[in-house]
Amino acid sequence: RMKLNLTKVVNGCRLGKIQNLGKTENHSMDIPGCLLYTKTGSAPHLTHHTLHNIHGLPAMAQLTLSSLAEHHEVLAEYKKGVGNFIGMPEMLLYCSLHDPVSPCPAGYVTNKVLQKSMIIGVIEGGDVMEERLRSARETAKRPVGGFLLDGFQGNPATLEARLQLLSSVTAELPEDKPRLICGVSRPDEVLECIERGVDIFESFFPYLVTERGCALTFNFDYQPNPEETLLQQNGIQEEEKCEEQIKKIKTTGCNQKMTSFEINLKEKKYREDFSPLVRECSCYCCKNHTRAYIHHLLMTNELLAGVLLMMHNFEHYFAFFHSIREALKNDRLTQLKELIRRQAC
Amino acid sequence: MAAGAATPASLESAPRIMRLVAECSRSRARAGELQLSHGPVATPVFMPVGTQATMKGITTEQLDALGCRICLGNTYHLGQRPGPELIQKARGLHGFMNWPHNLLTDSGGFQMVSLVALSEVTEEGVRFRSPYDGEETLLSPERSVEIQNALGSDIIMQLDDVVSSTVTGPRVEEAMHRSVRWLDRCIAAHRRPDKQNLFAIIQGGLDASLRAICLEEMTKRDVPGFAIGGLSGGESKAQFWKMVALSTSKLPKDKPRYLMGVGYATDLVVCVALGCDMFDCVYPTRTARFGSALVPTGQLQLKKKQYEKDFGPIDPECPCPTCKRHTRAFLHTLLHSDNTAALHHLTVHNIAYQLQLMSAIRASIVERRFPDFVRNFMITMYGDQTLCPPWATEALASVGITLN
Repeated sequence: RMKLNLTKVVNGCRLGKIQNLGKTENHSMDIPGCLLYTKTGSAPHLTHHTLHNIHGLPAMAQLTLSSLAEHHEVLAEYKKGVGNFIGMPEMLLYCSLHDPVSPCPAGYVTNKVLQKSMIIGVIEGGDVMEERLRSARETAKRPVGGFLLDGFQGNPATLEARLQLLSSVTAELPEDKPRLICGVSRPDEVLECIERGVDIFESFFPYLVTERGCALTFNFDYQPNPEETLLQQNGIQEEEKCEEQIKKIKTTGCNQKMTSFEINLKEKKYREDFSPLVRECSCYCCKNHTRAYIHHLLMTNELLAGVLLMMHNFEHYFAFFHSIREALKNDRLTQLKELIRRQAC
Repeated sequence: MAAGAATPASLESAPRIMRLVAECSRSRARAGELQLSHGPVATPVFMPVGTQATMKGITTEQLDALGCRICLGNTYHLGQRPGPELIQKARGLHGFMNWPHNLLTDSGGFQMVSLVALSEVTEEGVRFRSPYDGEETLLSPERSVEIQNALGSDIIMQLDDVVSSTVTGPRVEEAMHRSVRWLDRCIAAHRRPDKQNLFAIIQGGLDASLRAICLEEMTKRDVPGFAIGGLSGGESKAQFWKMVALSTSKLPKDKPRYLMGVGYATDLVVCVALGCDMFDCVYPTRTARFGSALVPTGQLQLKKKQYEKDFGPIDPECPCPTCKRHTRAFLHTLLHSDNTAALHHLTVHNIAYQLQLMSAIRASIVERRFPDFVRNFMITMYGDQTLCPPWATEALASVGITLN
């Protein structure tokens, strides 16, 4: 039977492992952790080969019912289950109602019963504390495998306003069941939510970054060696210089939602930059290609741009989660949070 | 003596980059091996086209894993974006795209036909107006070779005066003679003959006498290989094969014959029989991006409803990563989404299909059963002898292979 083992709880942050997952009950998943984002059952842009170039892949992938519901007849006739159908028989699968990238308007929900699967209870209640608490308490009484915290997504300001609410909600939930949140994927927001008792996140943020031709470059190495510290400082000074530029980009609407956690490879300055996206990154893209090449692929509208950026962005993001777990283990989350906060615009 | 024309002595010392391993005793088919700077290449070979320093959505690692050892880049496109100076700084096209095996670059000549509205041809070269910024560039034989020298590809192509195969009249003859003069200018301008092999391109359109003249002239030049150009446009297949056969009958046996712009599986098989060694075509990779998968019996349009519940692979005999893991039904589903991964799965399969076809052809030549291979191929593809395209039947018959 699925079991959540908490190793540690520090300032409301939970570190642990969900065990006995899957049909054979021998898979496990580290928390805090994230799910592999997919579109119609496939990581965006990636085949099995390129997906498995990525180090640190999550044990569980997120399927969206919205992309698969219309194929339910095919799946029924197939009989071997959706994992085999999409070519990921070895992956654990989580099915969300909505796609966090293209969510449905409120009130449009279909009910499906998924046999042999664990049901996640959804906590609703809008912005009304009383309703949130009622939803949490009632759902907690049901035999669910875990909880999905819904309705906290939106723009960064929205989440901030709801953080208090989030704390109150998770306080009502049993400790031994995982808490997922939907629609929250940015590094700074992830940390805020972990501090308020959330365990599992969606990984659509690296996908959004990929789609705007950007690469994640934010630093999560809260324990750098002295050499790195110097380089980092220079890096951060550059970030501050770039703040103005980013604000300009944002207001012109070309890259409205671009964050300061990323660089925009379409910019002319990368045309002759023969360094990797991120120095010391061990992903396939950084080991094999340069910023100049990615820039070229974007300028010429080549499909490979999406493939390479997705590989890098997923790997960077999964490594970030690994660093969160390490930071919790070593009681360094404050340093990590400070490092991320400095880079958030 | 015209510049670049071979003296008897230099013909003796001309680099022989191809080693013949076997020859069909009936047809003109040959199996061989090219010795190039980035490793050997077994022939006959199909070269996938990666126009802008990328094989569309597949990584160089995936392309290597499929067994590809030579692919194409395009001088015109790369000359515009990102430009030869940048690529040179990136350690050549190999360094820029991180491809460890061989590269062949086209000279930019074909764009004269495909982008004809934006180009003007004179003796000097081709003047292009860039669709991106309206700027004019002159692509001369010298400039084309200069760019290709910077790209560092293992095989480079002369700049030829290309006319569409549907054009008739004096323009064809003018283009043929000019191509010979441009070949000499390319040879003279070539700075790296030790590292990069410059191929001539036989022109002459669909006119046998013009082709013959071109063949006679160009084979006097000291080049490591010859391409057969100006075909694979809108001409009829009946005319097409005759020009190929004429060309291979007059090209030296100990140098590779590269048939440009071919192609479809049937065309590959027939043209190997006619004596060609190297081929390139955008078709397999392009058709993949339209949802079409190549199979021994033709092609599957996987977006069609009939594949919705087809739970077999594209081809049960195909060992490619797509066929090993995925069903037609899943690919159908994915093709109807906006996830580009669908296109990449098909690109992988279609390249695998083409390369496996060439491997099978080669093995049959080496094992002295090429005519049988051709017969089986045609039966699989067309079902019945009478359904085999007449041009293919004729072409094969002309080299001693009958279908019955």
